[in-house]
Amino acid sequence: MTTSPTLAEVEEVVPSSAPPTSGRRILTAVTRDKGALACLVFLAIVVLMAVAAPLITKLSGWGPYQFDSAAINSDLGGVPHGSLGGISGSHWFGVEPQNGRDLFARIVYGARVSITISLSATLLTGILGVVLGMLAGFYRGWVDQVISRLMDFLMAFPALIFMIAILSSLPSGNRPVLLVVVISAFGWPYLARVIRGQTMTLANREFVEAARASGAKDSQVVFREILPNLRGSIVVMTTLAIPGYIGTEAGLSFLGVGVSPPTASWGQMISSSVSWYSVDPMFFAIPGLFLFLTVLSLTVLGDKIRTLIDQGEAA
Amino acid sequence: MMRYVLGRLGGVVLILLAVCLFTYLIFFKLSPDPAVMICGKTCTPERIDSIRDVLGLNQPLLTQFWDFLSGIFAGRDYGSVHCSAPCLGYSFQTNESVWSMITARLPVSITVAVGAAVLWLLVGVIGGLVSAVKQGTWWDRSAMGLALGGVSVPNYVLALVLQYVLVVKLQLLPFPSAVPFADDPLLWLESYLMPWVVLAVGYACLYARLTRSNVIDTLAENYYRTARAKGLSGALIMRRHALRPALTPITTIFGMDFAGLLGGALITETVFGLNGIGKMAADSIAKNDQPVIMAVTLLAAFFVVIGNVVVDLLYTALDPRVRVVSS
Repeated sequence: MTTSPTLAEVEEVVPSSAPPTSGRRILTAVTRDKGALACLVFLAIVVLMAVAAPLITKLSGWGPYQFDSAAINSDLGGVPHGSLGGISGSHWFGVEPQNGRDLFARIVYGARVSITISLSATLLTGILGVVLGMLAGFYRGWVDQVISRLMDFLMAFPALIFMIAILSSLPSGNRPVLLVVVISAFGWPYLARVIRGQTMTLANREFVEAARASGAKDSQVVFREILPNLRGSIVVMTTLAIPGYIGTEAGLSFLGVGVSPPTASWGQMISSSVSWYSVDPMFFAIPGLFLFLTVLSLTVLGDKIRTLIDQGEAA
Repeated sequence: MMRYVLGRLGGVVLILLAVCLFTYLIFFKLSPDPAVMICGKTCTPERIDSIRDVLGLNQPLLTQFWDFLSGIFAGRDYGSVHCSAPCLGYSFQTNESVWSMITARLPVSITVAVGAAVLWLLVGVIGGLVSAVKQGTWWDRSAMGLALGGVSVPNYVLALVLQYVLVVKLQLLPFPSAVPFADDPLLWLESYLMPWVVLAVGYACLYARLTRSNVIDTLAENYYRTARAKGLSGALIMRRHALRPALTPITTIFGMDFAGLLGGALITETVFGLNGIGKMAADSIAKNDQPVIMAVTLLAAFFVVIGNVVVDLLYTALDPRVRVVSS
């Protein structure tokens, strides 16, 4: 990994007494990097949109499920009035063709879906991956055999085909919960595999031996000696997983097996824009841009955090 | 070595069996009754019964599963119809043999996968290599910035943007369709160009980042410094001492990614309407055509598992360090 000059400066500014990978150090470094800061600001806006969605749509004047037949030209098959997909003072991002729902409101509510599902999936994968990975790496033997074979099995699965198939054959029920469960079920082995390997190495280190010699129980060794040392990998793997899950959720909704209409989701908006993209490109461009920028921001930040943690561990 | 290979192949068989059983249980137990589905709207109870009988749906579950498995290797009979050796059943929708559906669509998926793989390997590896050598320069920064962007574009978004710009606005390319190469080589190239690019972009960016960091790590190794100190020529060191160790991990990842794509690039094929395995999977899922879903899942798992083994064997051949440890 290389050190860009800005980072090197940051390293010098931070007092050497600071712990190598403290949250504060990462935050300081991120706010000093213009690109990373822009990503952070964009993500803050998206999260704010998700949290305050009802409030924001009250301000903008249109709810996500309100039809505005005045904003579309029914003579032309429902194309929005005006240029750029009907962008105007009352519809800030324009409207959906055919039914005239406000795109701004749907983007704001769609942020809710993306953020909730991806964060829940990350949390669930994190827990499963860390616990099972540590169990396999710490106890080895048959525990490791069982968990590793399960991982092989899940990783051999064509996950996308299977996720779609499961989601479409299950009764619709609570779609978001189903999505989280299905995404996590296929996601945890990738984290667990890394955690398992690192736990195996850590379990042989002197400090673990020392803890044992002084009478520590298994649970104490695992939670007080090994887990803190895995923190860096867990932070890096999970931050880099979030954009992946946002993409997966959008992809599944794009393929029509994600959250069910009329609930708004970015992927689903893109999916419904497919039949309109030649006459109303904005309908597709706006959710596409939001999806792209969110994933990009998370990737850039995750990458930055990884560089910082790698440096912290090397220091 | 022989024992290792046999052990791995045994593992492959076990995993494929597990995938098979799991898929079978989920799709044939959770989904609506296939007999009712085939029978359609004008249906009598007698007809449902006879369909159940022909498909063997009245048998215990394990017997049904066994019939399915033995059908793959030995063929089976559905009533008076004989389904010969690689028998994966018949589509509930079209009554077509699933095996012939697969063989008809596999060439499209292979064309998409191979074309994209060539593109992303060339762009990714060369781009990453140049970035590593010119580390920290203007080229390196913009290439890596671009790579971060490329990794973040969902491929259906990219597909729609390209299709809008190149096909609808500029009219440079035709709408993609699965034209056989022999019919019209130029149209073939024009048709597959967008799917290749769309599929390749994400991988190319990922590979560029990987190649760059691997090469940089290798350039910091002691043996590289030794080789330089001995006064070997730059090109020779690059080829023998830097590239080989840096590219070995790429080979592994490439094997897995490529194997995954042989089972169909679901999103790309669906967006561009290319009739390959991926689109067949999406269609069969939408119509709840269980025999086809079953076959597609199995085929994709087969490629992934075999790819895994090939990659592991290749790795021992490419990286002498692994060979020493394993013997």
